[in-house]
Amino acid sequence: MALDDQKSVFKFVGTRPDRPDGLDKVTGRAKFGADVSAAGMLHGAILRSPHAHARIVKIDASKAQAHPDVKAVVTRADFSDKVPFKPGLAGEFWNVLENVMAGDKALYDGHAVAAVAATSALAARDALKLIEVDYEVLPHVTDVDKAMAADAPVIREGAADYSVPEGLHPNVVRYHESGHGDVEAGFGEADLVVEDSFTTEATHQGYIEPHACLAQLGADGKGELWCTTQGHWIAQKTCAALLGIETAQLRVTASEIGGGFGGKTTVFIEPVALALSRKANRPVKIVMSRSEVFRATGPTSSASMDVKIGMKKDGSITAAQGIFRLQGGAFPGAPGDMTAMCAFAPYNLTNVRQVGYDVMANRPKQAAYRAPGAPMGAFAVESVLDELCNQLGLDPVEVRLKNAAHDGSKASYGPTYDQIGLVKTLEEAKAHPHYAAPLKPGQGRGISCGFWFNHGGETSVSLALSEDGSAQLMVGTPDIGGSRASMALMAAEVLGIPYENIRVTVADTATLGYNDVSHGSRVTYASGLATIKAARHAVERLCARAAAKWGIPEDAVKWEDGCAVPSGPNAGDFDPLPLADITANMGATGGPISGHFEATPEGAGVSFGTHIVDAEVDPETGKTAITRYTVIQDAGKAIHPAYVEGQYQGGAAQGIGWALNEEYIYGEDGRLQNSIFLDYRIPVASDLPMIDTVIVEVPNPGHPFGVRGVGETGIVPPLAAIANAVSNAAGVRMRDLPMSPPRILAALKARDG
Amino acid sequence: MSKLHVSTTVNGDSVEFLCDPRETLLDCLRDKLNLTGAKEGCGTGDCGACSVTVDGRLVCSCLMLGVEADGKDIATVEGMAEGEELHPLQQKFIEYAALQCGICTPGVLVAAKALLEKNPDPTEEEARYWLAGNLCRCTGYDKIIRAVMDTAADMREAS
Repeated sequence: MALDDQKSVFKFVGTRPDRPDGLDKVTGRAKFGADVSAAGMLHGAILRSPHAHARIVKIDASKAQAHPDVKAVVTRADFSDKVPFKPGLAGEFWNVLENVMAGDKALYDGHAVAAVAATSALAARDALKLIEVDYEVLPHVTDVDKAMAADAPVIREGAADYSVPEGLHPNVVRYHESGHGDVEAGFGEADLVVEDSFTTEATHQGYIEPHACLAQLGADGKGELWCTTQGHWIAQKTCAALLGIETAQLRVTASEIGGGFGGKTTVFIEPVALALSRKANRPVKIVMSRSEVFRATGPTSSASMDVKIGMKKDGSITAAQGIFRLQGGAFPGAPGDMTAMCAFAPYNLTNVRQVGYDVMANRPKQAAYRAPGAPMGAFAVESVLDELCNQLGLDPVEVRLKNAAHDGSKASYGPTYDQIGLVKTLEEAKAHPHYAAPLKPGQGRGISCGFWFNHGGETSVSLALSEDGSAQLMVGTPDIGGSRASMALMAAEVLGIPYENIRVTVADTATLGYNDVSHGSRVTYASGLATIKAARHAVERLCARAAAKWGIPEDAVKWEDGCAVPSGPNAGDFDPLPLADITANMGATGGPISGHFEATPEGAGVSFGTHIVDAEVDPETGKTAITRYTVIQDAGKAIHPAYVEGQYQGGAAQGIGWALNEEYIYGEDGRLQNSIFLDYRIPVASDLPMIDTVIVEVPNPGHPFGVRGVGETGIVPPLAAIANAVSNAAGVRMRDLPMSPPRILAALKARDG
Repeated sequence: MSKLHVSTTVNGDSVEFLCDPRETLLDCLRDKLNLTGAKEGCGTGDCGACSVTVDGRLVCSCLMLGVEADGKDIATVEGMAEGEELHPLQQKFIEYAALQCGICTPGVLVAAKALLEKNPDPTEEEARYWLAGNLCRCTGYDKIIRAVMDTAADMREAS
């Protein structure tokens, strides 16, 4: 779409109305995953491996099966045997199946090996103790560098796809290399080259709602599934494949979702509950414990990275190179490619080369976590940039401005940027009072930029008008943080009826066409685009009714402020016909009026942000306090600015946790040692300052209102910005996350010799 | 294991239920009384999503047994509004966009109400420390704290 067609003056968009589901969510009425029950319902529970790597010699469930409260027991044999194994991500259904129920081997501490359904949750939990599993324990590996070493235990032969060069360990399953120019020549032109290595630990998305579902599946192959998910069509498709039933016969309804951040884009307990239900012929509910969430779902990848950047004395970058090794658990999928592609994306570079590795280890299957892969790479790259600025005595914002990608720059990962907002975010940073504010002794300031692609994805939206002139909008993307409000605002803008007159429903899989997951920061972009176009479709039909009533051609009618009006003086002299006047008689003038749109929109529009952080390090305890935080990010167009700010603030807060405190801690035995919120401590209210936000709006040419996704980019800069602030406060470069008090104390000790 | 009979008061209503002695108050509220406003986020008292008050005291209902509720006066998020009238905190949370996914919201609201009953004029720091037992993963707490502080100011003005 040409930018000229883009709407830039708005009546509803950009306002901050109450969200449509607000009342439900402040009164406890909203139904989340675990909040429903069914008549005759059983409770499921899952037996999990206590070993990081073990051959399953035998499972004896006879005692459990004999218990009167137990109605079904399932193992891998109760799932489809027709799901093909393929290398890399080509066989993702097989990977998911292997993850939701172990086959020959348990591949990580917490891997599901069997499940029961019983008459109560307590009975199900008790019954797990009656299942006897005979394990042959195998050598394990949980560290990414060790998993690539020659002597590492092989997790699965044949998992590597075509991209992996000869000679690498079988645990390296995907490989990415890209870039342009001649990096060696570039390093030769530099006045200073800094090369350094960095690590980040796996962190969990940490959504407060554990996975939960209620499943029913009959011997006729027809089923119903209620679950907390970011995408119920992918749940439908995956569960159908794993159970060996037809996709359309499984109807999936998404509950309200209590956070996902990428971690609810796949299935874990859902196929298990369906298998139990099929066997017991009764509905089965499964709710994960927090410990199960940590041990067996989500976390993001851990990473080991080497970055080398050359710079001239004036701050221009001559060459940049990065090697990014990401560990993604016992399955292919660690986003080493994404890390590599995003790492240098904010900069306009002549010479750049990036390499990404996807490495398997004996840990849970990584799941997407907010801009998957990007925060780690930004941490390494932006730390090296900070070091170059410090050593050359240059201002970190000026240096970033000097090298910033702009409209028409060739991105480090290949394409040429369209209209982008990075420079604007840096200019806002430079002008922000935070950047000029004095620091107290013991404090340091850090800057970082961040990039994320954003995503379009398959999208289908329907809108139906009621006789009284209200509208119901059906979208297929679960509302994960206020998207009903932004959808209603966009529909109101097109229809010209009040925001309050629009009811937005997240439709189930039986009532709307396929919708991709609420991920990739795509909801306001793609479902928003489809909402606008569905509303325009309805408007066309409204105009046609007015034309028929007036006896003039359809193209002689236009839509203005909620009314059909003649398009000009030659069209005739008719009073504006309000929407409700048309719908009041729609049954007699041609039938119901609806609008629909479906597509896979491709113009998501990349997004950039710049963060400014002040940190104070206590030299006695090693504890870091974040004393001031400012997020500046390009939203394209903020539909509901309060929820855009919320995304910025939430991304920053998660980044603070990742940078300072959160990590998966494994013992020598390969068992996860901190699987509860007491030991895996996410930021609490008293840990954080207010998080200031600046919404930059450089319109995305690929959206009718200029929207860019905002959900993910906000977690890309924090790791580096905080590491730079801490490093500048402590006077020592921090290379490993999290920067927990013991790590900082050790760094201070090393600094002082 | 045989079940025990419990008589208690929830949001002013007299209720009775039978529970296994191992079941928590949270299990009983959710599974026996269908009051699913309180959520289980952790089951270990770390996240506060299950916050309720028992005889006016803020507790994690996942850390209390159902049988301990006998004869007590329990208040949950479902009892915060009076008829059609939302509690000022509920109103302000919607107005301030102080929730994103909303799973922590019931617990945060119950905890914030308990704070304002105890301390009608909290400092930002006091509010942050009081709510430190309620995890929110979406908001970064900024809008939650602003909503609580502003509600406190409104309620002081109104009283």
